[in-house]
Amino acid sequence: MPTEPITSAGAWQMPAAGLDNLYAALRSAGYRVIGPQLSGDAITLGELESARELPFGWGVSLAPGGYRVRRRDDSAAFGHSAGPQSWKQFLHPPRERLWSARREGGEFEPEAAPQAAERLAFLGVRPCDLRAIQIQDRVLGGPAHPRSGYANRRAGTFIVAVNCTEPGETCFCASMGTGPEAGPGYDLLLTELAGQSEHSFIVETGSAAGATMLTSLPLEPADPGTLTQARDAVTAAAGQMGRSMQADGLPGLLAASHDAARWDEVASRCLTCGNCTMACPTCFCTTVEDVTDLAGDHAERWQSWASCFDLDFSYLHGGPVRSSGVSRYRQWLTHKLGTWHDQFGSSGCVGCGRCIVWCPVGIDLTQEVAALRAESEAADPPPDGPR
Amino acid sequence: MIGVSPAELAAHSFARGLDDRQVAQLAARAAGIHVPAGERFFDEGGPAARLWLIRTGRVALDLRVPGRGRLIVETLGPGDELGLSWLSPAAQWQFGAVAQEPVSAFELASAAVVELCEADHELGYQLTRRLLGTAISRLQAARIRILDVYAAPGQWAGGKR
Amino acid sequence: MTISAVPSGYRVSASRPETHDTVTLFLEPTGDPIARYVPGQFTMLYAFGVGEIPISISGPAGEHGLTQTIRAVGAVSSALCAATPGQLIGVRGPFGTSWGEADAAGQDLLLVAGGIGLAPLRPALLAALDQRHRYRRIVVLVGARSPAELVFAAELQEWRQRDACVEVTVDKADGTWPGNVGVVTQLLGRADLDPRQTIALICGPEVMMRLTARALLAAGLDRASIRVSLERNMQCGVAECGHCQLGPLLLCRDGPVVSYQVAEPLLAIREL
Repeated sequence: MPTEPITSAGAWQMPAAGLDNLYAALRSAGYRVIGPQLSGDAITLGELESARELPFGWGVSLAPGGYRVRRRDDSAAFGHSAGPQSWKQFLHPPRERLWSARREGGEFEPEAAPQAAERLAFLGVRPCDLRAIQIQDRVLGGPAHPRSGYANRRAGTFIVAVNCTEPGETCFCASMGTGPEAGPGYDLLLTELAGQSEHSFIVETGSAAGATMLTSLPLEPADPGTLTQARDAVTAAAGQMGRSMQADGLPGLLAASHDAARWDEVASRCLTCGNCTMACPTCFCTTVEDVTDLAGDHAERWQSWASCFDLDFSYLHGGPVRSSGVSRYRQWLTHKLGTWHDQFGSSGCVGCGRCIVWCPVGIDLTQEVAALRAESEAADPPPDGPR
Repeated sequence: MIGVSPAELAAHSFARGLDDRQVAQLAARAAGIHVPAGERFFDEGGPAARLWLIRTGRVALDLRVPGRGRLIVETLGPGDELGLSWLSPAAQWQFGAVAQEPVSAFELASAAVVELCEADHELGYQLTRRLLGTAISRLQAARIRILDVYAAPGQWAGGKR
Repeated sequence: MTISAVPSGYRVSASRPETHDTVTLFLEPTGDPIARYVPGQFTMLYAFGVGEIPISISGPAGEHGLTQTIRAVGAVSSALCAATPGQLIGVRGPFGTSWGEADAAGQDLLLVAGGIGLAPLRPALLAALDQRHRYRRIVVLVGARSPAELVFAAELQEWRQRDACVEVTVDKADGTWPGNVGVVTQLLGRADLDPRQTIALICGPEVMMRLTARALLAAGLDRASIRVSLERNMQCGVAECGHCQLGPLLLCRDGPVVSYQVAEPLLAIREL
């Protein structure tokens, strides 16, 4: 146990076994712990019964339209990325009841669905996913939605982020400015050192709640050499990204590209299956529908995930506005990288690469953007000199 | 029938952009008329030989359809030209025209207009441009009306998409 | 004031048929009324067990109750049109941007309505007529499918008496219609407006709004002086379901009333 007073500043280190202490501390603070675990052939997110359930020694091989788990040389617990799910399924569930009402004699009184005081601890949030949570906070949790289910769940969430030292083949967080080092917004931040003789973590706090948790952990002040090693690994990761995206000027590029030929090209491959929107950690669109019992006296309003790739998504006056695949792919990409800025003040993309991995035909948005840029520059070459 | 001064004709939107000499030439061949409500300008099938520039009042273009009675195709009002069919070879009114309200207008014989245009090609070009512009905008309006933009999805021709 | 996700109960106090498929509902709150609304805004109306749709408010701002005009084109709208006095329906709102008719103070105010588009414009017209002295000319041009499909037909004369110039045209006449026959843009020549001193509010099917706006531009109005009311699939009303996007705009929040300067390039993009 540490002999010096705990302050929220500074870096600490703990052995990997300290994860058990962390788990216990979170449980006794009343949190259900959600984290990655090996499930079948993928690393998925689910409720952990102990820290032992983390996928120690498992990594992933990623490619457009390709995902394989593989055995690692070390026993890293967080040496994987771009799993099929993101943390959004816990904060913004795929299906949620908004309210219900019973009709008696023509009268009904809608009752909001009770909101459980959910306390979730997310163990292992990558910097890209941390930013994605903050982006969804902007959309779903702002002042316009104080009583929404999202705001309620978010208020009770504890975040243990993990810096990235080994980006995946499809990652490009560095290009999007979201990693590999975690930005503010976590309660605790871990940096894993697994390749060396001893499997250990650097631990830092980012909040008062995080600082409170430190007292339960087997910490020592971080050894300067170890700390430098950790910092260097994160810095090096920025240069090892599998992909890159030229992100400057994207809103302007996309706003000028509505008639680009590239859309026809990508639409000839796109199945409009919507996998990208399901896997994406920031996609938030939902649809609301009425569900009644057979007698028609009990009605519920249910909100569920929707995708702009659905043909019905833009239904208006007898048919969809966006009926072609071209218009729907264009909508998704233009929104994600362009008009999201107009609507919510930031990009909608965090560079996690999930859409590339989980696209059944392997469409890579970094390539699509490069192609759109090339098409735009061929039509209207930039002037010589610094851009 | 009353004579029309150049100043009176110049006030009509049809004459906008014509020079004084051109306005005077047209005015010399125009007559000022007043048509009471309910009176016909012409019947469908009659020989098309006149052009009117409406100053006030409303004129309805109509068609008789057995079983449906008298149908109004379009109404024209102040600033509009009435009577274009003399421009096509058949020179026959395709619809009837009746004053829905008391109408005041400048009337010209199409033969006089044609003679003027043959003698003065510059004036001929100006008048043709104006009449063509009118025909185009009425064609565009007719096409929009065919689309039935105010219809509900169930009312679209051919059923729902 | 926050907008609830749960509808408030409003009771139908009266139902007035406007045409064979359009009804105006007069609603009274059973509890607290929704927040103060302004012309141009809409609510989400809920029919029990059927669903919820966006409907523009068609009555004057400042009423205790709500006036909403609905055209039966689908399951929810048909259920709402069939609502009888005493029946309870759900209301969420108000949502959206305002016509801003008061910006035409000292100038000419032109309202161009196509079909049921007259319903969302009616609150702006009534607000302007209440302050008639503030405006120079008030001109209302109404286009309808046919004489039988003209909404608020009984009120047109009253608007004329309150010193608005009201001209009506139908796309297709029946045997007895004594008025104009033709598209609504053909009435613009009669409006006698000063294009440099006019604010124009247009509402109707998108095609009609594009044509009307183009005709107004040709007549010399500025894009920034023309406002349209845009429509897309709307579900939440609070900018979190994503359906009502039109390019950078979320129409439940950045619309439905949008300046034509902003709307024109967006409406020109196919399948946006």
